[in-house]
Amino acid sequence: MTATAEIVGRGNSDGARLFREWFADLTAAAAEGRGAAYVFVMGSLAELLRTFDLPIVFPEINSLQTAVRRVAHEYLAEAEDYGYSPDICGYVKADVATQLRGGALPMGRIPKPAVSVLTNACNTYIKWGEIWERMHGTPAFVLDVPGSRAAGLRPGPGDADFEGDRRYVLAQLRELIPVLERVSGQRFDVDRLRESLRHANTMSRAWQRLLELNRSRPSVFNALSDGTIFLGVANALRGSAAGAAYFEDLVEEMEYKVAHGIGTLTEEKWRLVFVGVPCYPIFRRFNELFGEWGGTFVNSTYLWFASGGTNLGYQYDLAHPLESLAEGLLVSVRDAMDSMFFQTGILADMIDAFHVDGVVFHPIKSCRTVSTGLADNRRALMEQRDVATLFIESDMMDRRVVSEAQLKNRVDAFFEGLAARKASAALAQSRR
Amino acid sequence: MAYAAGVDVGSTQTKAVIIDEARRIVARALTDTGANVTRAAETAFRMALEDGDRREEEVEYVVGTGYGRYKVTFGNTQVTEISCHGRGAVHMFPDTRTVIDMGGQDTKAIRVSPAGEILDFCMNDKCAAGTGRFLGAAANALEIPLPDLGPTALRGERAVKISTTCTVFAESEVLSWLGKGKKIEDILLGVHQSIATRSVGLLRRVGIESAVTFTGGVAKNPAMIAAIQDKLGTGVNVSEESHYMGALGAALFALDHILAGRAPAPTPGAA
Repeated sequence: MTATAEIVGRGNSDGARLFREWFADLTAAAAEGRGAAYVFVMGSLAELLRTFDLPIVFPEINSLQTAVRRVAHEYLAEAEDYGYSPDICGYVKADVATQLRGGALPMGRIPKPAVSVLTNACNTYIKWGEIWERMHGTPAFVLDVPGSRAAGLRPGPGDADFEGDRRYVLAQLRELIPVLERVSGQRFDVDRLRESLRHANTMSRAWQRLLELNRSRPSVFNALSDGTIFLGVANALRGSAAGAAYFEDLVEEMEYKVAHGIGTLTEEKWRLVFVGVPCYPIFRRFNELFGEWGGTFVNSTYLWFASGGTNLGYQYDLAHPLESLAEGLLVSVRDAMDSMFFQTGILADMIDAFHVDGVVFHPIKSCRTVSTGLADNRRALMEQRDVATLFIESDMMDRRVVSEAQLKNRVDAFFEGLAARKASAALAQSRR
Repeated sequence: MAYAAGVDVGSTQTKAVIIDEARRIVARALTDTGANVTRAAETAFRMALEDGDRREEEVEYVVGTGYGRYKVTFGNTQVTEISCHGRGAVHMFPDTRTVIDMGGQDTKAIRVSPAGEILDFCMNDKCAAGTGRFLGAAANALEIPLPDLGPTALRGERAVKISTTCTVFAESEVLSWLGKGKKIEDILLGVHQSIATRSVGLLRRVGIESAVTFTGGVAKNPAMIAAIQDKLGTGVNVSEESHYMGALGAALFALDHILAGRAPAPTPGAA
């Protein structure tokens, strides 16, 4: 086997394997009757929870998997029959149906929640935790992470506001630890936390490097399709040795592809950035609508906010694990929120760095948190930069509001415009 | 003399236009789309050939557009109606920088370059509110033929406020206003204003730049023209060929191919 055959595609296959193994572990925990920690992708605190040997369940990931596996409508219908409105977050409703089914999912079975740990990064998280409280009597621990006060305002260490915020988050972590000790029956072990943070540091460093590597031409991974696989591992295995090793391998693979000029499966004609949450009900087809024109996604805000700000590459100070965990949580979750609400400046900077031809904004019906500001952000970006944009709406879960024909019509027109724009630029260049 | 054709298969009607090398329209035809989209495209094309007294062999290149563009089986390639309406509007009115196209199932706001290239566009959501279908629902509820809607609305003096954004509910809202004794003219004026408000909202999302050209089947409706002009606070270009603007744009793309050997990029995924 050649080096290329050995290394290229390893990230996707290993990622899928690790994901299956992770879910098999959850299924085993459910069979043993163990309780799990239910967490969310923005501020999961998996680094800390892992040290208490709590199985970690990500309801958002479970829900999107029902859409990818084309059974989401069954779960949504069950929750709606139970009384939830069609307008409520599709992730929540799929989880409600999962709970009603005793944790049964296409991938296996999840344990019941022993505790839920959530941040305020998404306002729905808090109401979601309350559902588990009502259903199972699960204690919900809400971490209030202060967000940015305004677009572009990024106070850092040493700044009075930042120091106050850091102390505030640290105090909450100190309140959380006894809750976790009680739920798990295990004492907090700072050395185990240090080890977990070390693995998280490796992963964060790799995640940041991974995103930077896609500046290369051709791009080495599709941020929408491949990126979502990497993202799943980044969340599920954060703070673990297996997760750290996976990301070291992944960076090696992508560096190899850069060095050898190996791109994605798409013959790259147009380099695009994706803004929002993917269209999981037709996940592969959605990407094909762009790939058929030679469009590939070189970056995605989803890889920033849904990784909980891991894109920053924040490195914990292992000499001060808890204090550093508080600071890392603060800056990373804040960045995740900014990636949803204040992304214009970052997108504008990315146009040149990633040689971007167009930006695709994808608001989704069942998540107003991430979608509300996208029209304004698009307008602001177009005022700053002469870049083509596309604004298409569908959903992350609900196929009833996904119209492939309408999506295709808009995507086709977008590429026709890109082609015309390129032809005009070439003509103007030839006349100079 | 070479001829080029554009066939616009819309949700309600199918239009065909044939142009000559001087970009003059030499023939046009219109038929209801119905359930058999392929047949509608063929029928419209044959009707256009008859209208222009042309033989099929004389038409060197055909571009299909509209939602049924992949069903124009005799066509050489496809271009979206978004690009075609932009191209057609700039051809008819070279000062066009913004296009509002109102068709049967969707309304599009399109910002174009002086060459007719698409700079930005925006469409209504996945429902027919603010489209021709909305007017159709009102016509149905009031039992008024579609061509009479505009002239009737223009006689209105005190527009009622149509609050619904749903085409299905619009019908019941119109009936409820009738039940309250409102005049048909005032109800229809309100319907037109409601649609114009939504359409101008779409225009604002792409940025309104003069001149604005109004295209699509609904552009034949004088009350809709007046309502949009009123909301915009300025006049809009409306062509006699407004209903055929998508087909005209498609024909212009076809002529590009004939004259310069530059076909519009083929649309992937064509059936």
